[in-house]
Amino acid sequence: MSRRPSVIPGFGLSLGYAAFYASLIVFLPMAVLFAKAFSLTWAEFWKTVLDPQAIASYKLSFGAAFIGASINLVFGFIVAWVLVRYNFFGKKVVDALVDLPFALPTAVAGIALTALYAPQGWIGQYLTPLGIKVAYTPLGVAVALTFIGLPFVVRTVQPVLEELEKEIEEAAASLGASRWNTFRRILFPAVLPALLTGFALAFARAIGEYGSVVFISGNMPFRTEITPLLIVAKLEQYNYAGAAALAVVLLVFSFVLLLLINILQHWSTRRAGG
Amino acid sequence: MFVKHLKKSLLVLSLGLAASTGALAQSEVKLLNVSYDPTRELYVEFNRAFAKHWQETEGQKVTISQSHGGSGKQARSVIDGLEADVVTLALAYDVDALRQEAGLIDADWVKSLPDNSAPYTSTIVFLVRTGNPKNVKDWDDLVKPGIEVITPNPKTSGGARWNYLAAWAYAKDKYGSDDAAKDFITKLFKNVPVLDSGARGATTTFVQRGLGDVFLSWENEAFLALNELGKDKFEIVVPSISILAEPSVAVVDKNVDKRGTRKVAQAYLEFLYSKTGQELAGKHYYRPRNAEVAAQYKDLFPEIKLVTIDNDFGGWQKAQETHFNDGGVFDQIYKPGN
Repeated sequence: MSRRPSVIPGFGLSLGYAAFYASLIVFLPMAVLFAKAFSLTWAEFWKTVLDPQAIASYKLSFGAAFIGASINLVFGFIVAWVLVRYNFFGKKVVDALVDLPFALPTAVAGIALTALYAPQGWIGQYLTPLGIKVAYTPLGVAVALTFIGLPFVVRTVQPVLEELEKEIEEAAASLGASRWNTFRRILFPAVLPALLTGFALAFARAIGEYGSVVFISGNMPFRTEITPLLIVAKLEQYNYAGAAALAVVLLVFSFVLLLLINILQHWSTRRAGG
Repeated sequence: MFVKHLKKSLLVLSLGLAASTGALAQSEVKLLNVSYDPTRELYVEFNRAFAKHWQETEGQKVTISQSHGGSGKQARSVIDGLEADVVTLALAYDVDALRQEAGLIDADWVKSLPDNSAPYTSTIVFLVRTGNPKNVKDWDDLVKPGIEVITPNPKTSGGARWNYLAAWAYAKDKYGSDDAAKDFITKLFKNVPVLDSGARGATTTFVQRGLGDVFLSWENEAFLALNELGKDKFEIVVPSISILAEPSVAVVDKNVDKRGTRKVAQAYLEFLYSKTGQELAGKHYYRPRNAEVAAQYKDLFPEIKLVTIDNDFGGWQKAQETHFNDGGVFDQIYKPGN
């Protein structure tokens, strides 16, 4: 890596713009959110966020988001690998399809997934006799969160794989490394930081997801209710402060998780580089 | 040189715009009606009728924009600054929130127009599959084992609160006490396999996904479902008792005063009570208030014993507090171990 020059033309202007933009778009709304949440007394705040129904919803929201992101970690990597390393008919189409979950309104995704996985749906009708219920169960929530998270892993890993030169693998092979060893010692460490980034993005995205989940989850209290649904329920009671309190919990949890993943990523980058 | 020229032409342009909008202000007025989901088609027709009426009587052109969404969400948008001249929402509780949360309307808004400021009404009926295979006749059939009932979640859907309260009213009437009614409601919701977040989602669940035996629905929505999805697939069952659903309308006082649209906004809502307005309501399957118009539709809307929020539940504020707020009866149904 080349060192950055200490003085870039327009640095002051661009930094100022960046700070202003970030404040307007990110920090200000967050500040309002926190201010709303802490218009509650501490006792009210804790009562809201530690309510058993809320806790059940955190478990589902975070658990299903984690499962979704983990599935994407594995299969997103495979998709990226196939797209980078192989040429086949229709590759461009597959490549474009990967971004579809980004473009599709989430409610549309939710309705489509429910149509597939409902007991009489195209896929659901074959799963139901096997005793596998997808729609209206926590599994359905995980399916929706997997769907919306896929592009994150693919799109972060893809460029890294593209930059990895085939020659390195060939060199490893010529030095007698087995394929597994080449993967384990050469390829995997190089893509690990990107994989972690993709995982973190997919995970964070899934925690706040609402539109696609409410259709497939069935929204049963204590069983298939995600935290964002509880937030909406509080808003229906015009309980803005209570809704903000739950949002703060999601935000703080997500932030801590993202921070941890960032630290992990930093560590793995250094290990791979050194 | 160029900049100077540009400035000059911009000045001319803005003067021209100001002049033209100034002139328009006298001959044209704009209204925003913030409503809830299933009234879209009704207001498309009603707005056209009102614009014609206003042009004829006042010689002024009026353009009405409509905004639709979940009732509670729409109310929050207005509270947060969406400049609605009038609101036409699914329940008085959401209209009242404009007063409570933001002081946008007067305290006695419900008396500002006839019939509790609800120009048309509806009620809760059952939609069942053709032939009524589970032989569902009345509310008692909904708590039987093996019956699946589809209704949206009253916590997130304003419309669904009417479903719940209609069932409650039946049980209270038949079994006498609040405790018995609570037992009944608990049993009923044990038969609900899915709680969609909104009314249209629940319709999809019942109609497209084929889930459930009975769908609790507003009467007007049930008719729409029949029309759109086939009279050969579903039937309407009218229970012995239901609730008088009164979707409320109100002028948003603070906004109309600011925008100078009070007169036309008031006339707009009053026109809902006119013969034309009532006929359009009936055509879109809402029960007209006007007796004469209602008589034209009597085949469509059978007489049912109807309870009201005010008489049986002490008004919306109290009903919301008791049943739907956090920790209320609805939450208690789902407490683990219950």
